[in-house]
Amino acid sequence: MPAGLLGIEELDRAEIEAILARAKQFQPVQDQSQKKLDTLRGKMIVNLFFEASTRTRTSFEIAAKRLGADAISIAASGSSVSKGESLVDTLNTLAAMRPNAIVMRHAASGAPHFLARHLAMPIINAGDGTHEHPTQALLDARTILDRRPSLEGLRVAIIGDIAHSRVARSNVYLLSKFGAEIVLCGPASLLPRELAQIAPGVTLTNDIREAIQDADVIMMLRVQLERQHEAAFPAAEYFQFYGLRLEHLALAKPEVIVMHPGPINRGRELSSEVADSQRSVILNQVENGVAVRMAVLERVIG
Amino acid sequence: MSPLLIKNGRVIDPASATDMPADILIRDGVIVAVGAGLDAPGARIFDATGLIVAPGFIDMHVHLREPGIEHAETIETGARAAAAGGFTSICCMPNTLPVNDNATVTSYIIERARKFAVTNVFPIGAITKNSAGEELSAIGSMKAAGVVAISDDGRPVMNARVMRRAMEFARSFDLPVIDHCEDLNLSGGGDMHEGYESVRLGLRGIPASSEDVMVARDILLAQATGARFHVAHISTRNAMAMVAYAKQYGLPVTCEATPHHFALTDAHMRPYDSNFKMKPPLRTACDAGAVVDGIVAGAVDAIATDHAPHPGSEKMQEFEKCPFGIIGLETALGLALEYLVHTGKIPLTRLVALFSTGPARVLHLDRGTLAVGAPADVTIFSTDLQWTYDVNQSFSKSRNSPFDGHSFRGGPVATIVDGAMVWRRE
Repeated sequence: MPAGLLGIEELDRAEIEAILARAKQFQPVQDQSQKKLDTLRGKMIVNLFFEASTRTRTSFEIAAKRLGADAISIAASGSSVSKGESLVDTLNTLAAMRPNAIVMRHAASGAPHFLARHLAMPIINAGDGTHEHPTQALLDARTILDRRPSLEGLRVAIIGDIAHSRVARSNVYLLSKFGAEIVLCGPASLLPRELAQIAPGVTLTNDIREAIQDADVIMMLRVQLERQHEAAFPAAEYFQFYGLRLEHLALAKPEVIVMHPGPINRGRELSSEVADSQRSVILNQVENGVAVRMAVLERVIG
Repeated sequence: MSPLLIKNGRVIDPASATDMPADILIRDGVIVAVGAGLDAPGARIFDATGLIVAPGFIDMHVHLREPGIEHAETIETGARAAAAGGFTSICCMPNTLPVNDNATVTSYIIERARKFAVTNVFPIGAITKNSAGEELSAIGSMKAAGVVAISDDGRPVMNARVMRRAMEFARSFDLPVIDHCEDLNLSGGGDMHEGYESVRLGLRGIPASSEDVMVARDILLAQATGARFHVAHISTRNAMAMVAYAKQYGLPVTCEATPHHFALTDAHMRPYDSNFKMKPPLRTACDAGAVVDGIVAGAVDAIATDHAPHPGSEKMQEFEKCPFGIIGLETALGLALEYLVHTGKIPLTRLVALFSTGPARVLHLDRGTLAVGAPADVTIFSTDLQWTYDVNQSFSKSRNSPFDGHSFRGGPVATIVDGAMVWRRE
């Protein structure tokens, strides 16, 4: 693995498999009463979140601590960023305190890639704008593989605001590398036609029923209202045409699993009945987040 | 000043359809003789053996940032960069602080240029006051003060009615209207060309249609008003087709292309590197190919750089925060040779025309020719000199170039303005 983890696009299968395998070994740690290992004892990780986040930031923090590392979380509000310091200066300042890695979330696509060119410090991308969210795709893959022998040949429907979704991009890259069939679904204004070319095995549809037909996995995306700079779709029509309801599940494979990167918006992206159904693995995703991030941190700085 | 005799060059002067080995004699800032075996006792000799001797190059689209934004560029530094790029004349866009929307600012720029610029500087005035797109600026008095065109470059006039009035008014003063064709409602928030690459990188797109609809609008308005309309930095296949059509139709429509729009595409962009961020954005290979085809077919009148200096601090940010624009004066000729001449797309005479007679004709300038009696603006360049661009050695105050480290075959060797050699390659 390169110095950090910026995205899934540039990883190869072997690297992804290694992380997923290591994450599986870390899964039992979550159930032990003594959860702390000393793999990364003495190491320091800075979580730098320029965008609000509860689950990802907490998950990285817990992952670091379970490996015995020290972790500090900084939110952009209340930091020097809100005092007008440039991103490069902020990062250089933090880097001068010699942490072993910086975990970073930023609202601008490519912000960690830009910094990685100017900083000799491993950067782990915890979500950049509407580009990538690599650890989310890794934990999603771990969650699917806990229930299926392989990703190959699976039909995965990803539904919602694809255009603005970093979760969708990272998942598309990962699933495609393993031979899954990926159906992206949303209204045309949130589903640019060029998406069909970003990876092998991707098809597009504007019809949720077509997307779900025979699906092994359904990934629902959050409606990214904060990333839409205009009304690309009438909000009131969203649930009616792109919300997942119980009756849709009959179209999918009987053992279909329903995923969501959270936070879920009941009644908007999916109905409460679906969110709470046996098919939903949303909390397993959260649980796997810690194991996967332990594996990533270990690979980057271990 | 003693006379200057340029010996043994290949003289290319598209204005008189000249392409022959000849000498050129310059005295008192004027070309006094062009011919074989010239001799002038006491003259300084420049040996141009193996070099091309051309009319001084004119860049009709630069940003000099003065007054008001001198930390990015000044008239002095911009003109030095221009001279090092082989340009003897540059036309500066009005988006300074204050905006060049009245004769006082125009006169200030001309005065500063007279004192500090090694090249000729021809200002372009704003179409509307403060380039706000609402009220027409003092176009007549700016013309009297010396502007050669009007443009709200970078802040295009959105209101078609205002543009119509501007064209009518400009026509009264025989000024061309240069439009940076961009529908800001369609492009708003975009950071790069909208297409496969923007989708992949998760960056907001600037659709080709944002350029196309404005080119269409302005061509129709030019037809309705009879004004001379010039498309700045044309970058899309459709815009190119529409300009070609308008020309066929006999309309007074012209356009310029930048080197980066025919040399680079969105796929060349180093991810999230703002030295590849400009407006119009780098388009697809299909669009860049159409610009080259337009140049080959004669639908493009001029090569212009859109030299847009920005200090490093502003370009060293998150991609979406970085300002648009790259510097281009020093790399223009090298890129044009590489992508247009060495590829066999156009002959050298056509290249020279795109840098000289072409822009002179668009702007009605009495420059761009080597005729006896003309001001002695001369560009001497090589078609095979090997050199590498080091942006840190640039005469510009800014460093925002995607061509840093690029190796060129052919480039400027000496630049002569009004008979004075203002730059010469070391």
